[in-house]
Amino acid sequence: MKPFTYERASDVASAIQAVSQTPGARYLAGGTNLLDLMKLEIETPTHLVDVSRLPLATIEASAEGGVRLGAMTRNSQVAAHPDIRARYPALVQAIVSGGSGQLRNKATTAGNLMQRTRCSFFYDTAKPCNKRQPGSGCSALGSLSRANAIFGASEACVATHPSDMAVALVALDAQIETLRPDGTSRSLAVADLHRLPGTSPETESELAADELITSVNLPPPAPGGQLYRKVRARASYVGGLASVAVAGGRLVLGAVALKPWRAETAEAALASGASRTEAAMAELAQAQDPDQNAGKIALVRRLLGAVLDETNTGRGA
Amino acid sequence: MSSVKDWAAPNPITENRSGLIGKSVDRYEGRLKVTGTAPYAYEVEPPAPPAYGQMVTATIARGRITHIETQAAEQSPGVLAVWTHLNVPPQARRGERLNPRSQRPANPALASDRVEFYGQTVAFILADTLENARAAAEKVEITYAAETAVVDFLASLDQGELPPGEEDVHIGDFPKAFAASQVTVDETYFSPIQNHVQMEPCATTAWWDGDKVTVHTSIQMVKGGQHALAETLAIPSDRVHLITRYIGGGFGGKGQAYDDLTLAALAARAVGRPVKVAYTRQQMFHGTIHRPAVQMRVRLGANADGRLNAFALEAITHCARHATFTEHAANFSRNLYAAPNRLTGHRLVRMDIPHAGAMRAPGEAPGMLSLECAMDELAEKLGLDPIELRLRNEPDVDPETGKPFSVRQLEQCLHEGSQRFGWSRRNPKPGQVRDGRWLVGMGMAAAIRGNFLLPAKAGLRITADGVLTLTQGMTDIGTGTYTILAQITAETLGVPLEQVRVELGDSDMPPAPGSGGQFGAATAGSAAYETGMVMRRTLADLATGDPRSPLYGADPTLVSFANGNIALDNQTETLAALVARSQPEGVYVEGSISPAADARDYSQHTYGAHFAEVGVDVVTGEVRMRKMFGVFAAGRILNGKTARSQVTGGMIWGVGTALTEANTIDPRFGSFANQDLGTYLVPVHADIVDLDAIFLDEADDKANPMGIKGVGELGICGAGAAVANAIYNACGVRLRDYPMTPDKVLEGLMAKGL
Ligand SMILES: Cc1cc2nc3c(=O)[nH]c(=O)nc-3n(C[C@H](O)[C@H](O)[C@H](O)COP(=O)(O)OP(=O)(O)OC[C@H]3O[C@@H](n4cnc5c(N)ncnc54)[C@H](O)[C@@H]3O)c2cc1C
Ligand code: SF4
Repeated sequence: MKPFTYERASDVASAIQAVSQTPGARYLAGGTNLLDLMKLEIETPTHLVDVSRLPLATIEASAEGGVRLGAMTRNSQVAAHPDIRARYPALVQAIVSGGSGQLRNKATTAGNLMQRTRCSFFYDTAKPCNKRQPGSGCSALGSLSRANAIFGASEACVATHPSDMAVALVALDAQIETLRPDGTSRSLAVADLHRLPGTSPETESELAADELITSVNLPPPAPGGQLYRKVRARASYVGGLASVAVAGGRLVLGAVALKPWRAETAEAALASGASRTEAAMAELAQAQDPDQNAGKIALVRRLLGAVLDETNTGRGA
Repeated sequence: MSSVKDWAAPNPITENRSGLIGKSVDRYEGRLKVTGTAPYAYEVEPPAPPAYGQMVTATIARGRITHIETQAAEQSPGVLAVWTHLNVPPQARRGERLNPRSQRPANPALASDRVEFYGQTVAFILADTLENARAAAEKVEITYAAETAVVDFLASLDQGELPPGEEDVHIGDFPKAFAASQVTVDETYFSPIQNHVQMEPCATTAWWDGDKVTVHTSIQMVKGGQHALAETLAIPSDRVHLITRYIGGGFGGKGQAYDDLTLAALAARAVGRPVKVAYTRQQMFHGTIHRPAVQMRVRLGANADGRLNAFALEAITHCARHATFTEHAANFSRNLYAAPNRLTGHRLVRMDIPHAGAMRAPGEAPGMLSLECAMDELAEKLGLDPIELRLRNEPDVDPETGKPFSVRQLEQCLHEGSQRFGWSRRNPKPGQVRDGRWLVGMGMAAAIRGNFLLPAKAGLRITADGVLTLTQGMTDIGTGTYTILAQITAETLGVPLEQVRVELGDSDMPPAPGSGGQFGAATAGSAAYETGMVMRRTLADLATGDPRSPLYGADPTLVSFANGNIALDNQTETLAALVARSQPEGVYVEGSISPAADARDYSQHTYGAHFAEVGVDVVTGEVRMRKMFGVFAAGRILNGKTARSQVTGGMIWGVGTALTEANTIDPRFGSFANQDLGTYLVPVHADIVDLDAIFLDEADDKANPMGIKGVGELGICGAGAAVANAIYNACGVRLRDYPMTPDKVLEGLMAKGL
């Protein structure tokens, strides 16, 4: 680990000032991702500004009739909240399918969104990785890894985004709210937060380095069934091979791209009267298969079809 | 030399008067473990502030180091030393033995510029803190001249050779009999590389007093570790004091010493202060041994009535080019089912990958994954229940050697398990039972694992307070050794358990071979029992020879030991009173066990039967356990609780084997694809539902004086095959390539049009 300095932020404004004015500074929330990466020198911040104790950990009703999650709410806190359980079951299912109880007690809403890929070559510092070391090459390409992306990947990077929660948040049409050093705030759909790799996989989100997420806002849930289903090799404590979130007719796929993947083709197909199977086929017809990862495409197609059936979304076969 | 006949007479253990033998006593060190106060090797507090070592490992599979740039690391904060093959202190050459009686030869670290596998230690940093050592390690720049490396096992199967000194075993005429058989199975199964992933990585804390080094290290074999270090440092072994008190899992992976031990000792001497060295989790994968992959071809030829006429199991496995190890995946089958015509053997491919070595039930664990599925396949072809098929092939004597079995309760295991599990609920036709999105099925498999007794010693002291302290250079790798040794000692001397202490894991103590091959309890325990008997005789002589004792003048062979007393008729005194008065400085005795000369006249094994019920998600190919049950016959059970933990732990390993646990070599780099517990997937709590095991009543008087046998490895044997058979029964997909991950199951489901 590279030596670094640490401070515990006393208020939101000074936290942002500290990060914007210290070169190489980073926000630290639960630390469950950032600290692991620092130990392997994949992340090498010079200064950490701990925002985990800032007063951003409340869950409140929003003016629009939805719910506002403070950025520092814990994953387990959100998943246990009665309003969330009653109105956003897909979010609860997504959160509890991630990590372990201990991790969810520590992990925050903002940190979860900003966690980095679990691509094993990203973690193995002895191997080339464009995301870790731009220009060094992509070791995952040609590795026959089932973890590789089938949507939106590039020659430079075929990694996927590992967050389960984010997949449900996109299906629920959630927005994040941020604060910037100049004191302005902005609102951004979670769907627009993460970038596809393109030629610069090292840049992962639309946020500036010193931009602080302050909350995630859930609009009132749209009518229609909700479900989050994650496929995984063991029953718990492992990243998904694929996942699907359905909420109010919005379909989002997880573990297939470097961001939660809105299945717009399938949504459009359903809207124009296609059957669920046809819709799933149409979506997966867009999937790329650089590593003959045909099994993953078939899996996602079947999973999407099954989840549509179960939530009674669209027209049956 | 003793004979098994000497063991038939009743003794305090087999009589079990106070009922301690078999009792589900809590773990002796349980409280220390769960409160985090049992110090592991790295946590031992040394006599002075320690320095910290960090290893740097190779990133090529084979070649030569042409340059190592160490300047930046040397100038890094807190760094005390940077070692490479160019400046490491002198060590003996690899394989050298100064003392011909050393159990292990020299195993030097950083010995040359050659790289023989990915992850080999190539540099070493010593610093004032672990953080500084790690930071400096990142600054070492190494240039290699890489050479072509053989790293792809499946592409190298044709390179397999007979393991040194071995021949195939032919009995009868297999090819002819197989060709003439009415019903045949000829299938190939694959068991992948597995890593031990012990919770505690290999680690050492070392310091010197003059020319003597004390090392606390995490190792299963005390003497082996002591000798390896002495040979490597080229010093007599009595100048190495090796201590290994608590071990966070071994599973065979800590049967030998690694570079942490060597480098800690060398560094502590070089800087004149204690040194701690540990492998990182990632380094453990390459730097220590793994279970090699095995490809197994099984051929079964049966008559229409299900009797095997021809049987063959041929295994191809691999090891490192310069470190011979054979995963004997076919050996178990030589003792399992009757068949007049037999062929078994192994081929070994040498590769430029990390060292293969022993892992829990070496041989049986991968081997049974093949045969026990092939039997399932044969049963289906014959239209027989898989249990019935096994019963029809139950031999009267060992099928290869013709020797009598000491005890063999495989049939009883099958019957009892079938009843308790509810095997009659199984629909023999695959893919018939549905529960929502799950296809549900059941499978079973037999279990067999050899039993062994090795020579061992123990020491026993009784002090004036009546406390008995057993000392033994034995290890407890988390299995319950401390506990069962306390039970044996207490039962032998007729004292309450609270009156017994156990001290293990010290090279100054009377030696035992350590933990491995499921010989630990039988071997160390028998030595403890014999030592207890020596103590009984010594105390009997003491009492009957002391005019102040109420037993004075009695026949020492007639006295009894119970409730903390020594007694004859109504003459009695406590052991504490006896020792305090007659020999207040205490009594110390040693005893030993050695294998009986005629033990090998019997075919001696432990047996079991596994039953599994799984659900297969028909959409995704995910497999989830629903129930698992095991019945085992393994001699007299010393502690119901720790024994059950051993076999259920083995069964859980079987679940991992069947469903998730594997490593592969990335052929581009020669490195393992999985290097942490986020990618190398062992079962978690949520995977294990409704899993239980029982033991049948048994005593094997050919095994040792106590009639006990090993249980540490039996539970894993066959467990994965039961799960694989259950998957087939659930959905009709027969997979022969472990582990049966969702992608493989899904491919099978789709091929069946599901
Ligand atoms: C073993 C393991 C298994 C896991 N399994 C899963 C899984 O199955 N599914 C899943 O979804 N996740 C999984 N995770 C990931 C886990 O969910 C994340 O580590 C966690 O959510 C990160 O939250 P944190 O608060 O600890 O973030 P931190 O580690 O503190 O921070 C992560 C990133 O977010 C940034 N950040 C934090 N707060 C803010 C803010 N307010 N504004 C802007 N940037 C911010 C940090 O600078 C950092 O870059 C797993 C993690 C581990 C270690
Ligand atoms: S997929 Fe992306 S993260 Fe993985 S190795 Fe390639 S560039 Fe790195």
